[in-house]
Amino acid sequence: MTISAPVPVRTGERWPMRLPEPRGEVSGLVIERLRGDVASALDPAVAAAAVRRSADLLDDDDVQLALFLLYELHYGGLDGVDDALEWEPEVLAFRRELERGYEAALRALIPQPHATRDVPEALFALVEAADDGPGLSSWVETDATAEQVREVMVHRSIYTLKEADPHSWAIPRLHGRAKSALVEIQADEYGGGRPERLHAEIFAKTMRELDLDDRYGAYADHVPALVYASMNLMSLLGLQRRLRGAIAGHLAAYEMTSSIPCRAYANGFRRLGLGDEAADYFDEHVEADAVHEQLAARDLAGALADDEPDLADDILFGASACLTVDGRLWASVRAAFEAGGSALRKPLDEARP
Amino acid sequence: MTGAGAGAPSVVACPNGPLIVRGDVEIRDERGELLDPHRRTVALCRCGASAIRPFCDGSHKLTGFRTVRPEREPAVVYDELTRLEPGPRGRR
Repeated sequence: MTISAPVPVRTGERWPMRLPEPRGEVSGLVIERLRGDVASALDPAVAAAAVRRSADLLDDDDVQLALFLLYELHYGGLDGVDDALEWEPEVLAFRRELERGYEAALRALIPQPHATRDVPEALFALVEAADDGPGLSSWVETDATAEQVREVMVHRSIYTLKEADPHSWAIPRLHGRAKSALVEIQADEYGGGRPERLHAEIFAKTMRELDLDDRYGAYADHVPALVYASMNLMSLLGLQRRLRGAIAGHLAAYEMTSSIPCRAYANGFRRLGLGDEAADYFDEHVEADAVHEQLAARDLAGALADDEPDLADDILFGASACLTVDGRLWASVRAAFEAGGSALRKPLDEARP
Repeated sequence: MTGAGAGAPSVVACPNGPLIVRGDVEIRDERGELLDPHRRTVALCRCGASAIRPFCDGSHKLTGFRTVRPEREPAVVYDELTRLEPGPRGRR
């Protein structure tokens, strides 16, 4: 099943991403500031006002894109943007307002779970309870067109081309068994020492198989706000030590809802006549995530809750947040497909040169 | 479920789930063919429903495979929301 033909890892060509088009006042301001236009200093009051007037922050194109771009300074960076802005107090103060708003919106949306016995058992119960609707993966398995499959890949690309990175922020913040478990999972995500088996790299190969642009952010103007909400959730939880329990819980929920959908995705790819190379990413995740779900729920989240009992609620909050935000994203994509339309903001053939 | 030392094999049974195997072990299929597990830590199917046996593919959750008796009380309880209703949820 392994297809380990060497794949060129063209990191220099894939990052940094190009700045996208603005989606409103806040993202417009951020893009101008990142470009180095000193006339548009970032005023935190503007961010706070945008948060206050947003009717639905998760699905707010302007706020979520702005937050995503500010976080991207910590990942692969942005083309033409001064790397020093990553730690510029003015930029951080503006981002903090967006983050406060997003965290408050999540806390208002998600009922705080509590474990009645132990955290791993609670995680399995949470995941089972969230599995309450037809998923996108079953649509891909039996109904999706080839063009819809390409759209799914585009939606996934914002996270998956840097798969596992947001959870790696937690490594120095954990200790003992929890740290060991997280590193064990991440080592597998990062290919176990084989660059061509980096999960992000396998995903990039699948994008190329589908004639999609594998440069990071190539479809930044296409994807809807919920894609950024999903990515921003991970960055929000991953970049703050006080939320280390929540990022551990997020990873657990992510891994616990992956194996079975990935099998459905792989089946769908083969139904459409796509070969092993294209299905490789999903085949890999059926097997890998069946391991990771046990490691993440028991050795990572369970050990963390044993070592730091005060984090138990945060672990479950992070898991619920993952299920809620990603569930909403993929349900919206499925709904668009069922209606016979596109889930993207503009057609795929309008990719930038 | 702490990790085994380098090379020393360990097998851990997960409640209602697979066997987690670490360490230097040879895994062969029913015809005696050596299998490449692709990773250092593997999960072996214990419920019989996996499509990629002997490896686990998560199917135990679909078949209701149990190794421990279900508790009467729920494993998780929730605070009531005071402001908003949860949004629609779905599967990936």
